[in-house]
Amino acid sequence: MARVLVGVKRVIDYAVKVRVKPEKNGVVTQGVKHSMNPFDEIAVEEAVKLKEKKLAGEIIAVSVGPAQSQEVIRTALAMGADRGVHVEVSAAEYDLLQPVHVSKILAKLALDEKADLVILGKQAIDDDANQTAQMTAAVLDWPQGTFCNKVEKTDAGLTIVREIDGGLETIKTKIPAVLSADLRLNTPRYATLPNIMKAKKKPLKKVTPKDLGVDTSPRIEIISVEDPPVRQAGAAVADVDALVAKLKAGGHI
Amino acid sequence: KSTLVVAEHNNETLNPLTLNTITAAKKIGGDVTVLVAGTKCGPASEAVAKVEGVTKVLVAENAAFKGFTAESLTPLVLAAQSQFKFTHILAGASAFGKNVLPRIAAKLDVSPISEIIDVKSEDTFVRTIYAGNAILTLKSKDPVKVITVRGTNFPPAATSGGNGAVEQAPAGDYASSLTEFVSQELTKSDRPELTGAKVIISGGRGLKSGDNFKLLYDLADKFGAAVGASRAAVDAGFVPNDLQIGQTGKIVAPDLYIAVGISGAIQHLAGMKDSKTIVAINKDPEAPIFQVADIGLVADLFKAVPELTGKL
Repeated sequence: MARVLVGVKRVIDYAVKVRVKPEKNGVVTQGVKHSMNPFDEIAVEEAVKLKEKKLAGEIIAVSVGPAQSQEVIRTALAMGADRGVHVEVSAAEYDLLQPVHVSKILAKLALDEKADLVILGKQAIDDDANQTAQMTAAVLDWPQGTFCNKVEKTDAGLTIVREIDGGLETIKTKIPAVLSADLRLNTPRYATLPNIMKAKKKPLKKVTPKDLGVDTSPRIEIISVEDPPVRQAGAAVADVDALVAKLKAGGHI
Repeated sequence: KSTLVVAEHNNETLNPLTLNTITAAKKIGGDVTVLVAGTKCGPASEAVAKVEGVTKVLVAENAAFKGFTAESLTPLVLAAQSQFKFTHILAGASAFGKNVLPRIAAKLDVSPISEIIDVKSEDTFVRTIYAGNAILTLKSKDPVKVITVRGTNFPPAATSGGNGAVEQAPAGDYASSLTEFVSQELTKSDRPELTGAKVIISGGRGLKSGDNFKLLYDLADKFGAAVGASRAAVDAGFVPNDLQIGQTGKIVAPDLYIAVGISGAIQHLAGMKDSKTIVAINKDPEAPIFQVADIGLVADLFKAVPELTGKL
């Protein structure tokens, strides 16, 4: 495989407690720590591993988003990607950008860059959509290996073990293909300081959806973004006997 | 208005999540057609025909649907869509539904709506974002709404009382050369499925090892409960990923949820905070799990859990 495209998304860091804006039209992002979507780190790691095994020649990291998205491209470059493509959209446009748009952007880039494999995280932890890999595969008419637990290159293509609800499933796909990384695919490496320095010199190209011929007209309208109902903390019990009594009172035993 | 529900089944039996999805379809309104595609799916399609509120059952039997791959099911759904012009296409938000529906949506050039928790109207839906820390209400502008449904937020449709007309789905060559299903290795268990269980005993990093999950299985036996785990326990290699409850695992809402040695990370709470009664057992009184628990016991789980099992 000559070339692997990986998608990386800049999201609010997983450890941050997200707050809804008083206007109820989104969440507070200003002054909040952001980082690479955790599943995308796994996707980058898988691509770098393929390159280390000489199964991939070049890794291109792509991020779609406002100017700050370049931060996560740099992180991917520091982890071992060779070059970056930043597909810039304005902050206002980004609010309504959906996987239907991103998948078309990624598909176009995959063709332009002659990629043999696209690896994405299975889900971004901001919108929790879990759609982009499946949709990118559909646009390209490529096979989709979603929720990957293990990926092996064979002469005929790929053998993929997938995480499913009741256990695991094995499929074989042809190449080119689109994969989505699940939790146990690998453990992403940390970018070392020398590699972070080197990453600053790696090429990063900037394009717009328009350059790629992708229409980003909104497909949804946000009616409201609200806080979830608050669950009241209950009572502490002193010991197991008190717990048993409570469970009895609640009709659970 | 008319809705197509893509059924999830194993040819023999219907996955209960399909019943929750049919309820969501009824809430949208209009006719409800259910597509049952499989290799020898007669029993599953007969079961669907009896489900209350199902107008029509489309049956597609074809060797191509072995393993229910997205690559083979997508052209079938597109053929059904071009014949019947559904306004909505639904499936449960399971590994199956999440795999297949976005591929269909992309082919229809519409923006799919993942894991809805409520239907406000035929074009307005509610879903969670940021691991359940915000609730998004959105209006879809697309002509066809492609939606996955979170089962815990819709009661199951009754499995009797319906009289759906069974028809053949549009015929076609649905075999895909892109993907080949090889095998499934399902976790064997006499316990109830996590997503349908009335009681769940769940363990976290506090269990310290996979072997110690035996303590939870012993307790689960007393309740006829399912056993789940936090992402931390999966990350640590104690248990397989199919036990994971949370933002990136399964979403559950049992009558009773007992969290053992689970600190209560945001992404875990996303998967279980709709449970009716939550019990937390943890030695750290500051653990965030106590903020959502109805009953909290600050104790060493290695003493408290065997004691609890003994007293039930």
